[in-house]
Amino acid sequence: MKASLSMKRAETSDGERGATPTGARARRPSLIDRIGDQLPKIVVAPTFLITLVFVYGFIAWTTYLSFTRSTMRPSMVWEGLRPHERLWGNPVWHTALGNLGTYALLYIGLSTLMGMLLAILLDQRIRAEGALRTIYLYPMALSFIVTGTAWKWILNPGLGIEKLMHDFGFQDFQFQWLVDPDMAIYCLVIAGVWQSSGFVMAMFLAALRGIDGEIIKAAQIDGAGLLRIYARIIIPMMRPVFLSSFIILGHLAIKSFDLVVALTGGGPGNATALPATFMYEMTFTRNQVAVGAASAVVMLMTVCAVIVPYLYSELRPKGGAHG
Amino acid sequence: MASLSIRNVQKRYGALDILKGVDIDVGDGEFLVLVGPSGCGKSTLLNMIAGLDDISAGEIAIDGRRVNELHPKDRDIAMVFQSYALYPNMSVRQNIAFGMEMRGVPKPERERAIGQVAKLLQIEPMLDRKPSQLSGGQRQRVAMGRALVRNPKVFLFDEPLSNLDAKLRVEMRTEIKKLHQRLGATIVYVTHDQIEAMTLATRIAVMRGGELQQLGTPHEIYTRPNNVFVAGFMGSPAMNLIPALVSGGDGGPMVRFSTLDGGAGLALGADLARRVRPGQEVLLGLRPECFSDLGDEHSRGLPTFACTVELTEPTGADLLAMLTLGGVETVARLRPDAAVHPGASAVFAVDMTKAVLFDPASGVRI
Repeated sequence: MKASLSMKRAETSDGERGATPTGARARRPSLIDRIGDQLPKIVVAPTFLITLVFVYGFIAWTTYLSFTRSTMRPSMVWEGLRPHERLWGNPVWHTALGNLGTYALLYIGLSTLMGMLLAILLDQRIRAEGALRTIYLYPMALSFIVTGTAWKWILNPGLGIEKLMHDFGFQDFQFQWLVDPDMAIYCLVIAGVWQSSGFVMAMFLAALRGIDGEIIKAAQIDGAGLLRIYARIIIPMMRPVFLSSFIILGHLAIKSFDLVVALTGGGPGNATALPATFMYEMTFTRNQVAVGAASAVVMLMTVCAVIVPYLYSELRPKGGAHG
Repeated sequence: MASLSIRNVQKRYGALDILKGVDIDVGDGEFLVLVGPSGCGKSTLLNMIAGLDDISAGEIAIDGRRVNELHPKDRDIAMVFQSYALYPNMSVRQNIAFGMEMRGVPKPERERAIGQVAKLLQIEPMLDRKPSQLSGGQRQRVAMGRALVRNPKVFLFDEPLSNLDAKLRVEMRTEIKKLHQRLGATIVYVTHDQIEAMTLATRIAVMRGGELQQLGTPHEIYTRPNNVFVAGFMGSPAMNLIPALVSGGDGGPMVRFSTLDGGAGLALGADLARRVRPGQEVLLGLRPECFSDLGDEHSRGLPTFACTVELTEPTGADLLAMLTLGGVETVARLRPDAAVHPGASAVFAVDMTKAVLFDPASGVRI
């Protein structure tokens, strides 16, 4: 009787040790085990360090530079708000901001509209939908440099549309937006919308496919025509997609640089200068690193103003009374 | 309120026959339940009545007017969907009003109609909420409100209770029945739940594989199923189908079947006896409640047989006894205090006036 009792005790204590990880660690874990436990942290560490230094570190450094006397090379001599005053006293900066306003408004608005229309049309169970979807999505795979160069040729009066129409015999045809200081900014919009609307379309298409077919049937029985169904029921249901596409297109617009460089080079004159091209010019060609850094800080704050409310609304715990 | 007639309606997708010619007439104020297993075509038929699916052949008429070519909105029907299909961006009030708004009903009239329906369905406190803020049962009420407010000729229900939990389902079932009694509306209701069909319908259409198996009142369907499919589908526990042999006897023809203890025979009623001949193989259809133990006063004067009870399942209201008759598992529903015990033999009385016979080859009732 006694023997069997003690045996039982031995068994249970053995079992407990085997079952709990703390018990296993007490038994001198091998080096491999310890590395294994730490592996995820070890793998992530380099990326974390690189991001910390080269993203957040350089943000901090740029912010600091925007308060210094840096000209051609970075300098650590503190100058307070002087570079910011010079930035806001520069008429080209104001032109760039104005251009950004025009460009961002039209680019976001038209891309969303085009993307939504394409998605609605593609959602009508048409033939060869897969192929069409790929065709519309392809521009997103191109770099803005390629888009800019292609559209530079298309819009160039001596090479593109105008020459084509002249060759067709329409000698009076004029299309010179690219070299017209008042219209050149719209060339940027055309190229940008061409590139991005396919991507917006993909987002809208995914959302349209997620709509319960019974809702549409119910609306048909309720007597709504196709147009009404879209206007009153389907498009209002797309609200999250509108928000996502606004965020994505918004930050793309603010940091637009390569498209301008490839398509217009900021010209004619400063007609298509954007904050990003302004920043590049100040920092790397005009030897005014401090002013460039100041403009970069303003851009960062603009992007934050767009992204932070979005992240806040996405990341806060769900379950409130909001529909 | 109106009548609905479905004449030889067929549906084909390419070479696939979904509906193979269905004929049903629904009178004014009737509650027709289409019931059948998944894929039997009942939902397709409902969608065709609604106008959401084309009709390949045949005719559907509402109040004598052919509606085959009419758009759903012109058929004067309302439909309640399984997923409720509420418009998520609109408040409950807007959801209910949407159909009237699309038909150009003036605002004061809309408000009055919404008020009436909200009162009827007790959804007044939630009129300004969004569907996402409602529970399943509340959404179901709103979906019914959206249908009721238009006062259409025919109401269509597509499995409206299958997304609710069991308790709520029973409550809503009762409510739908009350609504039907109060409004006297013509309703076509699709479900795969035979209890819903039995409790709600004034007439049931049992469907399988795109064909109508039987159309009749719940009582007819339950007591005189046309074939073994209907017999097995309707009723829970299902009707027992016992392989048996007809033999001649002193008191007229009997059905003989094997039991675990050998065999047993039961005299056929005069009505059934006329339709069979000795030596014929049949399936004896007995509802579980046809059985009773000898302690039950209903057992007096009924033919009896003895059999070993394999298992008992007390449900509270009844005692279910499992037997093996004719080689198949058979359920007998007895009084809760019936003196039967698993493993022991017991004598059962059988109400043969409620028995039905089927042809084992074709499955059709004899």
